[in-house]
Amino acid sequence: MALNGRQRAGIAAVVAVGVAAGLGVFTFGYARGASYLTNDPAACANCHIMSEHFAAWQRASHRAAATCNDCHTPHTLIGKYLTKARNGFWHSFYFTTGTYPDPLRITERNRGVTESACRYCHADIVAEIDHRPARHDARDATLSCIRCHTYVGHWVR
Amino acid sequence: MAEPPAIIPSDSQPPPARRRLSARMLAAVAAFAVVTTVAVAALLTNIVERRQEARNPFYRVVALEDTTTDPAVWGKNFPQQYDAYRRTVDQVRTRYGGSEGLPHPPTAADPRSVVAQSRLEEDPRLREFWAGYAFSKDFREERGHAYMLSDQEFTERQQATQQPGTCLNCHASMYATYLRLGNGDLTRGFEAVNQMTYQVARTNVRHPVSCVDCHDPATMQLRVTRPAFMEGIRALRASLGVANFDVNREATRQEMRTFVCGQCHVEYYFKGKEKRLTYPWAKGLTADSILAYYDSVGHRDWVHTASRAPVLKAQHPEFEMYNQGVHARSGVACADCHMPYDRVGAMKISDHHVRSPLLNINRACQTCHKFPEEELRARVERIQDRTFELRNIALDAVLELTRQIATVSARDSAAAGLADARRAQLYSQFLVDFVEAENSMGFHAPQEAARLMAHAIDQARRGQNALVRAAGALPVALPGSVATKARP
Repeated sequence: MALNGRQRAGIAAVVAVGVAAGLGVFTFGYARGASYLTNDPAACANCHIMSEHFAAWQRASHRAAATCNDCHTPHTLIGKYLTKARNGFWHSFYFTTGTYPDPLRITERNRGVTESACRYCHADIVAEIDHRPARHDARDATLSCIRCHTYVGHWVR
Repeated sequence: MAEPPAIIPSDSQPPPARRRLSARMLAAVAAFAVVTTVAVAALLTNIVERRQEARNPFYRVVALEDTTTDPAVWGKNFPQQYDAYRRTVDQVRTRYGGSEGLPHPPTAADPRSVVAQSRLEEDPRLREFWAGYAFSKDFREERGHAYMLSDQEFTERQQATQQPGTCLNCHASMYATYLRLGNGDLTRGFEAVNQMTYQVARTNVRHPVSCVDCHDPATMQLRVTRPAFMEGIRALRASLGVANFDVNREATRQEMRTFVCGQCHVEYYFKGKEKRLTYPWAKGLTADSILAYYDSVGHRDWVHTASRAPVLKAQHPEFEMYNQGVHARSGVACADCHMPYDRVGAMKISDHHVRSPLLNINRACQTCHKFPEEELRARVERIQDRTFELRNIALDAVLELTRQIATVSARDSAAAGLADARRAQLYSQFLVDFVEAENSMGFHAPQEAARLMAHAIDQARRGQNALVRAAGALPVALPGSVATKARP
């Protein structure tokens, strides 16, 4: 049966989508993509760039209290996976293009996430310190937990 | 019968608008799929490459041994490190260090076509400061590791006096030479070189400091290869209650990242007629403890021409000064700032282009100090400006004392108080030199540098007081103050 132009274009589009999906599934598996959906800190060190941070966390005071996700993702189900998806996309983008600062610098948004995490667990002590209402914005670096407590998570030299 | 009107079948001729839309949709889906495939393929190959790099940190293409002195051979296995190592030929100035490449017409005695700027021309007071010592003839800003051998071979100090082979301990790759001359015994080879003349010893070496001087060729682990450091650190640890310290067996990896540099960036003297290179640390690492050590063994470097005071010259005591500072206290090693890690693909390698952290603030400082580069530079330079100001005041104080001693002793060489004044000059001069010769202009330990300058000025004051008593009895007018000439 002879195919007309539109049918041929349709088949080509379906094949292209299939190739993209197949390559995507393979890459997801090869890059241990499923591990990123877990809470296991070792997953974050799949990429070599995180090895030192992971090693430093294992020696830091918070290793017994908090994993990567506890400080680097919000404490809500949607917020957590939205942040993971967002960071996962941009990490893949920047590592593939190679355009990122090294030593790594945390983004403003992610700094805010971490700051909120400090305040979530240490709410009692934060309330005692942080009684100025104008300074409650978690992204406000002028009264930020991690400006002084740089060492608690993972101190990489 | 009339034929029914021809009906255009709907499946073969859809309305034109809908057909265009779905064709466009198909094109868009295909284009999106193509872009996604390209992006995912790029990500995939990137991950594959990184994993390959992590699997093979290096390829062993040549066998390395203790006798492999030539860095180019090591460079075949470690091209990234070798490439950076070769860049130590660069000449870039910082405000108080680095070096400036100046043209130099080659002569028979000195074939160098480029040299660093003369510190004696920058600050002519230094000629008077070191009067009678070879450093008053020629003293240039230190250049990168690549120049260590030629800059020592062709300095005019070689003509001013006969230098011993000991000098080469820190100006050439010595490990293989020591092993060869000592028939496998490092210390015996070291002793043999110390007792040669510089010129004879020079024929036994070929390269500036090389890979084998810091690395074990089998494991690449850091190791100390200089007997003088092994002996010096053992004496220092003994003074702290640790007997028989063996640096290569007992030091941690992080300590070794400082100790391999401390093999040479230290204060030293040539002990006895064997010219044994010795690090004066048996009483401690501070300038005061080192002076106390020199007093206890009676060592002096030369007699100052103007004042006839037996004096000492401090030589680049970076290791000692750094150990008094906050970075040492925090466990930061020399290599953390002077050879910071660089990422090449999945590999993390230390930058063998050893240089001032001020030329590499991002990797040297910002790994720990998350502040803007300009702020960090300003902090460092503020510390250095202050130290330089203190050093200028203290240097003037020493020169004033020196001139006054000369005046009094010209009038009466047996005047009471001269011995005290000369001893004060010895202390004052050594303390100023300790900061002047140290290659950080105070940054390695700012408060320690300030403390030493306070003691230097105090010693000069004591010396002058001793002379005031002598001059009052003579009487003689003492020469006035020395005008400070600061570097631009």
